[in-house]
Amino acid sequence: MTFYKTRKDLLYLAIFALVIVAMPLWLKPFGAGYPDLMQRFMIFGVFAIGFNILFGMTGYLSFGHAAFLGAGSYAAVWSFKLLSLNPIPALLFAMVVGGVFAALVGVVSLRRSGIYFSILTLAFAQMSYSLAYSVLMPITHGDSGLQLANTDPRVLDRLFGADGTLPNLFGLSMHGMYGFYFCALILLACFYFSMRLDNSPFGMALRAIKSNQTRMSYTGFNTKPYARTAFIISGMYAGLAGGMLAVTDPLAGAERMQWTASGEVVLMTILGGAGTLLGPFIGAVIIKYFENIFSAFSDAKLNEIFAFLPDGLQDFIVMIVSPFVGEGWHLTLGIMFMLIVIFLPGGIMEGCRRVMKNLRRRSSEHPTRRSQLKPAE
Amino acid sequence: MSQPVLDVSDVDKNFGGLRALSNINLQIKQGTTHAIIGPNGAGKSTLLNVCIGRLPPDRGAVIFNSDVITGRQPHEINQMGVVRVFQTPAIFPDLSVKQNVMLPAFAKRDGAFRLNMMQAVADQRQLESEAEHWLEDVGLLSHQHQLVGSLSRGDKRRLELAMGLIQKPRLLLLDEPTAGMSRHDTNTTIELLKKIKLRGMTEVIIEHDMHVVFSLADRISVLAQGQIIAEGTPEEIRGNPKVQEAYLGGTQV
Amino acid sequence: MDWLILQFLNGLDKGGAYALIALGLTLVFGTLGVVNFAHGALFMIGAFCAVVFSRLVRLETVTVDPERLSPWGTPLEVRTPVVELWLGDFGTFLVQYSVPLAILLAIPVMLLIGWAMERGLIRHFYKRTHAEQILVTFGLAIVLQEIVKASFGANAIPVYAPPAVSSSLNLSASLGIGTDIFYPWWRLIYLGSALLIIGLVIAFLQFTTYGMVIRAGMEDRQTVGFLGINIQKRFTVVFGIAAVVAGVAGVLYSPIVSPNYHLGMDFLVLSFVVVVVGGMGSIPGAVLAGFLLGIVESFASMAAVTRVLPAIDQVILYVVAIIVLLTLPRGLMGRKGVMEG
Repeated sequence: MTFYKTRKDLLYLAIFALVIVAMPLWLKPFGAGYPDLMQRFMIFGVFAIGFNILFGMTGYLSFGHAAFLGAGSYAAVWSFKLLSLNPIPALLFAMVVGGVFAALVGVVSLRRSGIYFSILTLAFAQMSYSLAYSVLMPITHGDSGLQLANTDPRVLDRLFGADGTLPNLFGLSMHGMYGFYFCALILLACFYFSMRLDNSPFGMALRAIKSNQTRMSYTGFNTKPYARTAFIISGMYAGLAGGMLAVTDPLAGAERMQWTASGEVVLMTILGGAGTLLGPFIGAVIIKYFENIFSAFSDAKLNEIFAFLPDGLQDFIVMIVSPFVGEGWHLTLGIMFMLIVIFLPGGIMEGCRRVMKNLRRRSSEHPTRRSQLKPAE
Repeated sequence: MSQPVLDVSDVDKNFGGLRALSNINLQIKQGTTHAIIGPNGAGKSTLLNVCIGRLPPDRGAVIFNSDVITGRQPHEINQMGVVRVFQTPAIFPDLSVKQNVMLPAFAKRDGAFRLNMMQAVADQRQLESEAEHWLEDVGLLSHQHQLVGSLSRGDKRRLELAMGLIQKPRLLLLDEPTAGMSRHDTNTTIELLKKIKLRGMTEVIIEHDMHVVFSLADRISVLAQGQIIAEGTPEEIRGNPKVQEAYLGGTQV
Repeated sequence: MDWLILQFLNGLDKGGAYALIALGLTLVFGTLGVVNFAHGALFMIGAFCAVVFSRLVRLETVTVDPERLSPWGTPLEVRTPVVELWLGDFGTFLVQYSVPLAILLAIPVMLLIGWAMERGLIRHFYKRTHAEQILVTFGLAIVLQEIVKASFGANAIPVYAPPAVSSSLNLSASLGIGTDIFYPWWRLIYLGSALLIIGLVIAFLQFTTYGMVIRAGMEDRQTVGFLGINIQKRFTVVFGIAAVVAGVAGVLYSPIVSPNYHLGMDFLVLSFVVVVVGGMGSIPGAVLAGFLLGIVESFASMAAVTRVLPAIDQVILYVVAIIVLLTLPRGLMGRKGVMEG
């Protein structure tokens, strides 16, 4: 691992870009090739990649990242309402709001590390969640959520005579395939940025903070500003992801700030592999994919699937499976969470590495065995 | 005589009721190697911790090049040129050997904090070759791409040393630099430290191995129960009956 | 004067719940060094023990009484709880006192769950990082919560205090104050039991040799291991105690707030705040901070206060926690060296 293997980085990025752009093709057989779901892959990919900068690289486990996501959504919807239905100012605004919010939370939370940090961020997120339902009602519109209305001022749109009722990029609807490619572009930019970050001295400093924070200060680093910057960057990623959610569906609600949402991004990151570049994105895709499939199942559908089985067995299997699908999707999520932490704390990327290592060992074992056999002949 | 590089004056440090350091006075002159010896629990490591800002003294001050450094942040003290090589290797297991060595060099180039995420390749090569140079000196060049988690204990000690040396310190504090090394490695380390000393580096060294102490030190302070009980040239210390009773006469010669 | 006492009592009630959950959290953290995010779920399970028990004793048989007719002219269906049929007056007693009696169910259940959790999961995480401990117990919390949700539904299930104490006590008479203050009996009983449990746990730790070893373990785990004491075995006991305390607190609290599946998480976050304010690993700190924060919250929720500072009641605990952490990094009574940083 050396720095600035720029050419290799670019190759890596190019392959990744190709895979992303071709997503509609290769996801079709899995029944996931439609823009709505793929957009969610992109959005939560951005969220998880940003979370990884804080958790995976710097080692700070935040349990309140959903607050930044929620704040980003509100910011974007307000930008739609007040300025323009164009997503670009909305996303910029969402990023700024996410970053500023993270900076404020960071001032307090980053004074402590370890579990204190986790608890402080969780407390901040819960606080924002309950405030969104009370004092901040004028901004969040509480239970009903923040929505677009025809009476919105939309100053810039009025000025340039643009019209429409849904977010659009100079007339391109952000709902279908264009929306997907728009999100994919943002994801690629975010991925590239995090890759460069990882390969920079700054990224190395973050990784060193993760492994031994006190030792860092004895090598001459002031660790706090590094951690704070990482926190703000990941807050901006979260804000951006929240903004993207609002772009694809212009509605913002406080439930996005709940602790379960914060837990979900933690799960995505560790499922894929915390600290790796690609892992968090893979984790996001897997979780959103299975959420989509699992939560769509109902008992009737299960019965249909297992209809080929004998009656008694069919009922039995449906009975066993049904608590884990549909409404019970969160149960599956929780079990997955535990299994990953217990058996594969390095996530899928770590698992792949292990498998590769085993394969390589097996193939290299072959010749040695033969050479050992030779003297015996 | 010029002013001392490091001036520890009247330092006390208590842990609860326990007096770890009492009324320590120590002057270290430019370009000398000063050894601190003493039995376990004498307060040697505490003294180093006070010097690098890890522990605040209860009384007294540490002055480095006529700047008072007590009360400053550890990273500030480090940036002023006081570098410690730790007894238990405190390295970064997630990084490779070379990255471990480069990290402190970044701190020296960029200061305590700088956002140079997108810095160009320009001076990168230079830092890398510097890191390779120091790794060669401690004999770790062949391991440079390995993750440090997989290094042997002796190799970790040598890596610690390289991490200290690349910072081009004005004062190097070595905490048992050869503990856990083989005889051969110990001798290599002694040679290396002698070489550095010739370049005019000031060193403070804590050591149990008298072979190392007497091959390197210009002056020796003997610490026992938190107090300096003797100070002088190696010859003086060797002949001091008080020291022999407290330390040399014990198990350790 | 009357509102003062009332708010104070309300605060003590809430504080009792915080203190009991925080007590277990801090005990487990202090001895085992494990951050247990599933501790709130134990409280919630305790509350559902009350639900299960009262459902069990209320299982009914339907008999048709041909003598009596309903207004529609059909024979009246009479529903009688089975236990009353079998056991007569004692059965009636069971039905009426289902909540306090549920403690008898909760103790073995919580012991079993605590034992299973420690042996099956937590034990393997002593050596792993705090982040991994948080994550795995967080996963467990989700699982437990979802299981309860799947079996009892998403809505809160009301549970009733025994009719004999369902009325309110007129405090003014006993305190000799002119104005009338009514306070539900059950809440007073709850407060008393909370204090009793806290006292029992502290006495256990303070006055038994077993507790002494546990306290020594909180001070310095390694040394106790060196003394040749099987600290692992005691850890299971500690975890069991923490689980039982949380579970009993859940049972007692169920008539005050109807149990629902997310009760655990609601209380967990606040209990963490309590533990942090009290000082991680300090039992007196957790108890003190629990009651203190309960009272602070109760006063903050008064109409007079919320008019000036809207929604302050919802954030006051976090605000207090943030202030305490910034000014007293170890909390009110935290010791040096416990989770510094």
